[in-house]
Amino acid sequence: MRDVAIIGVKNTNFGEMWDRSFRDIVVEAGVGAIEDSGISGEKLDGMYVGNMSGGQFVEQEHIGALIADYSGLSLDLHIPSTRVEAACASGGLAFRQAVMAVASGHEDLVMAAGVEKMTDVSSTAASAALAAAADREWEGIMGATFPGLYAMIAKMHMHQYGTTSEQLAAVAVKNHQNGSMNPIAQYKNRITIDNVLNSIMVADPLHIFDCSPITDGASALVLAPADIAHEYTDTPIYVKATAQASDTIALHDRRDITTLDASVSAGKRAYEMAKMTPADIDLVEVHDCFTIAEICAIEDLGFVKKGLGGKMTEDGETAIGGKIPVNTSGGLKSCGHPVGATGIKQLVEVTQQLRGDSGPRQVDGAEVGMTHNVGGSGATAVVNILSRKR
Amino acid sequence: MSVGIVSYGAYIPKFRIKVEDIARVWGDDADILSAGLMVYEKSVPDLDEDTATIAVEAARSAVSRHNIDAKRIGAVYTGSESHPYAVKPTSTIVAEAIEATPALTAADFEFACKAGTAAMQACMGLVGSGMVDLGMAIGADVSQGAPGDALEYTAAAGGVSFIIGNKESEMIAVIEDTFSFTTDTPDFWRREGMPYPEHGGRFTGEPGYFKHVTGAANGLMEKMGTKPSDYDYAVFHQPNGKFPSRVAKMLGFTKEQIKPGLVVPWLGNTYSGSCMMGIAATLDQAKPGDRIFATAFGSGAGGDAFSFRVTDKIDEVRDAAPKVQELLKDPVYMDYAMYAKHKGKIRLA
Repeated sequence: MRDVAIIGVKNTNFGEMWDRSFRDIVVEAGVGAIEDSGISGEKLDGMYVGNMSGGQFVEQEHIGALIADYSGLSLDLHIPSTRVEAACASGGLAFRQAVMAVASGHEDLVMAAGVEKMTDVSSTAASAALAAAADREWEGIMGATFPGLYAMIAKMHMHQYGTTSEQLAAVAVKNHQNGSMNPIAQYKNRITIDNVLNSIMVADPLHIFDCSPITDGASALVLAPADIAHEYTDTPIYVKATAQASDTIALHDRRDITTLDASVSAGKRAYEMAKMTPADIDLVEVHDCFTIAEICAIEDLGFVKKGLGGKMTEDGETAIGGKIPVNTSGGLKSCGHPVGATGIKQLVEVTQQLRGDSGPRQVDGAEVGMTHNVGGSGATAVVNILSRKR
Repeated sequence: MSVGIVSYGAYIPKFRIKVEDIARVWGDDADILSAGLMVYEKSVPDLDEDTATIAVEAARSAVSRHNIDAKRIGAVYTGSESHPYAVKPTSTIVAEAIEATPALTAADFEFACKAGTAAMQACMGLVGSGMVDLGMAIGADVSQGAPGDALEYTAAAGGVSFIIGNKESEMIAVIEDTFSFTTDTPDFWRREGMPYPEHGGRFTGEPGYFKHVTGAANGLMEKMGTKPSDYDYAVFHQPNGKFPSRVAKMLGFTKEQIKPGLVVPWLGNTYSGSCMMGIAATLDQAKPGDRIFATAFGSGAGGDAFSFRVTDKIDEVRDAAPKVQELLKDPVYMDYAMYAKHKGKIRLA
C-alpha cells in the first residue's frame, strides 16, 4: 500500500445559507480545495462525496454525478464520482474511501468532499431526516430522536460516573470559545456555563446549548500519493491511519451505552496503524453532536480514563493550551454540523493546524492530529490520524 | 397636495391569557419564552368577536374621536389576514356600521401583517388626488396560531383605524412621506382553506422581517434625507418585543424613541393591527411638532415606512376616544380552557 498525503483543503462558511444551493456550496468547497492544491480539476482520477440525506433535505439523490457535473468534470472528462453515506459519519467515510483508492494505487489524485444543505426544510423535517440514522423499527418508530438517545447516554454517564450538567456545559463553553476564533464557524459568540444551564431544555439533561445546530456547509480536500505530494505543496499532511468500525445500530443493544464501542475499536485500529498512542496526538477533532458525545469520545479514544471526561473538560485540559486540545474548530457545537460535511471539515481543520495556518486558534507545535467522526448514536465510527511527518 | 391623519381609533378585546398559562399546557418554559419573546400576555377575542367587529369598534372610535361626518368617507379599506369571509368584504360591514354607505368604495386588503398600512397608502393616493374627501384604513386581526406552535404565544386580537384626509386644518399628523420595500419572500403563509398559518421558522427573521423593515426604513430616510435623530418617536411592526427592539438598534433609533409605541409585551401581536397600534399609542402621547417614524412589516414580504409630523390639532382630539394604554388596562384573564373555547379550538359535536 502507498502512503497518502493531503495536498489541498477548503471549508465553505458554515451556517444558514438561505441564498445558496446545495450544488453551489459543494462546488465552492471543491474548487477551493483544487485551487489550494495547485492542481487542475481535470487531473483528478476520482471523487468521493459524503452526504447523508440529500433526498430528504433537498430532494436530490444521485449526488456523486450531480457534483461531478456542476464541477465541470463530467462533460468530456467523465471523472468518476461516488457518493458515500454513513449518516453523520458520511464525510469521514468518504475520506477513508478516497485514501484507500490512492493507497491501493488504483487512483492518484483524488478528491474527498462532504456536503449537507439542511436549512431548506423546517426544523421538524430536519429532525425527522436525522432520525433516519437511528434504528427505524426499534427507535425511530417509537418516537426516539437523537437528542433523546444522547440524553439517555448522558443520564447513564451521570449515574455511573457522577458527571454533572456543569461539566456538560463546559464542553459547549470551550467549543464556542474556539469557534469564536474560526472565521467559518456558524456561531462565533462566546457563552458561559449559566447560558447553557439556563437555555431551553431539549431532552433532560441536554439543554439546547448542549446540542449541535442544523447547518448548511461543504468541505473538500485533495489527496495524492505521498511520493509525489511535494510536487504540489511545500506542506503535505500525511495520512498515518484511517480506521472504521461498526456497532449495533440501536442504542439499547449496546454492551454499555456510555461507551461507543465503535469509537474504541476504530481508535485502537488507528493507533495500531499509525504505531502511535494517545500521548502522540497533539490535537483532536471529535464528534460533539451533543456535549455528552465529546465527553464519551475523549474517554473512548483513550485521552482520559472512562468516567473522567467531564472533569477533564471542566479542568480546562481540553482547551487550546491544555493537555490535549479538543475541537479547535469549535466542533460541531459552535462551528456547525452539516452532517455529510462534518467528517471532512474535521480533516480540513487538523490539516490547517498541522500546516500552522490556524491563526489565533493555532495549537503551538502541532505535529500529529486526529479526527473522530460518528454516525448515528455510534453505529459507525471513523478515526483518522494525520501527521506533518511522513 | 399634502395628506395626513385626520383621526384614529383603536380597539383591544378585554380578555388576556398569560404566556405561562399557554406554556403550562405544552410543557414549555414560560420564563425563557417570555424573556426571549419579550411578551408576557396576549389579548383574546370574546366568543362573538371577530375581525369585522373589531374593525367596526376601531372605526367607530376614529369617527367619534374627531367627530367626523361619516358620509364624507369615500373609501373604507380593511386590512387583515383573518377576514371572517373568504368571499364578501369586511369593509362593507364597517362602512354600514359607521353609516358611511352607500356613496363610497370599499374593499378588503391582505398583505399578512401590513395590509392595514397598505390600505393607508391607498387612501393617501385617493385623498391626495382628490378622488375622495376622506379615506378610512383599518388594520384588524383575530390572528391564528396553531395549538402548540410558537405563534400561539403571541397571536392576539385587536384593530386600529386611521382616517386619512387632505385638509391640513383637519390633520392631527401630516404624512410627510412613505416608502415601501417589497420582494417575493415566502417566510409565512396560510393556504386557501387551511385553519392556521405556517412559517419558515428562523427564515421569518433575517430574510423576512429584518431585510424588509430595514429596506423600507432606510429607503424612506434616504428619500427624505432624514436620520433617526430627526425623530422623536419610532414604531416598528411588533410580532414580539425582541424584533422591533433589535431592528430599532440596527437602524440607529434609541430605546426611548420606541418605548411609547412598543405595546406588544402586554398585548401580543395583533398582526395587521400591530404597527398601527404602536402608531396610535404614540399619537396618544405625542405633542404638536413631534415627528414619528414608523415601519410596518408584512410577510410575503414587504415593509411600509412612514414619516409623520404631529400638528397642533392633536391636542383637540386626543382625549375624545379611548387611548391604547386605557384599552390595555384592567384585563380579564382566562385559562387555556376558556381561551381554547374563545378561539374555537374546541370542536362541538
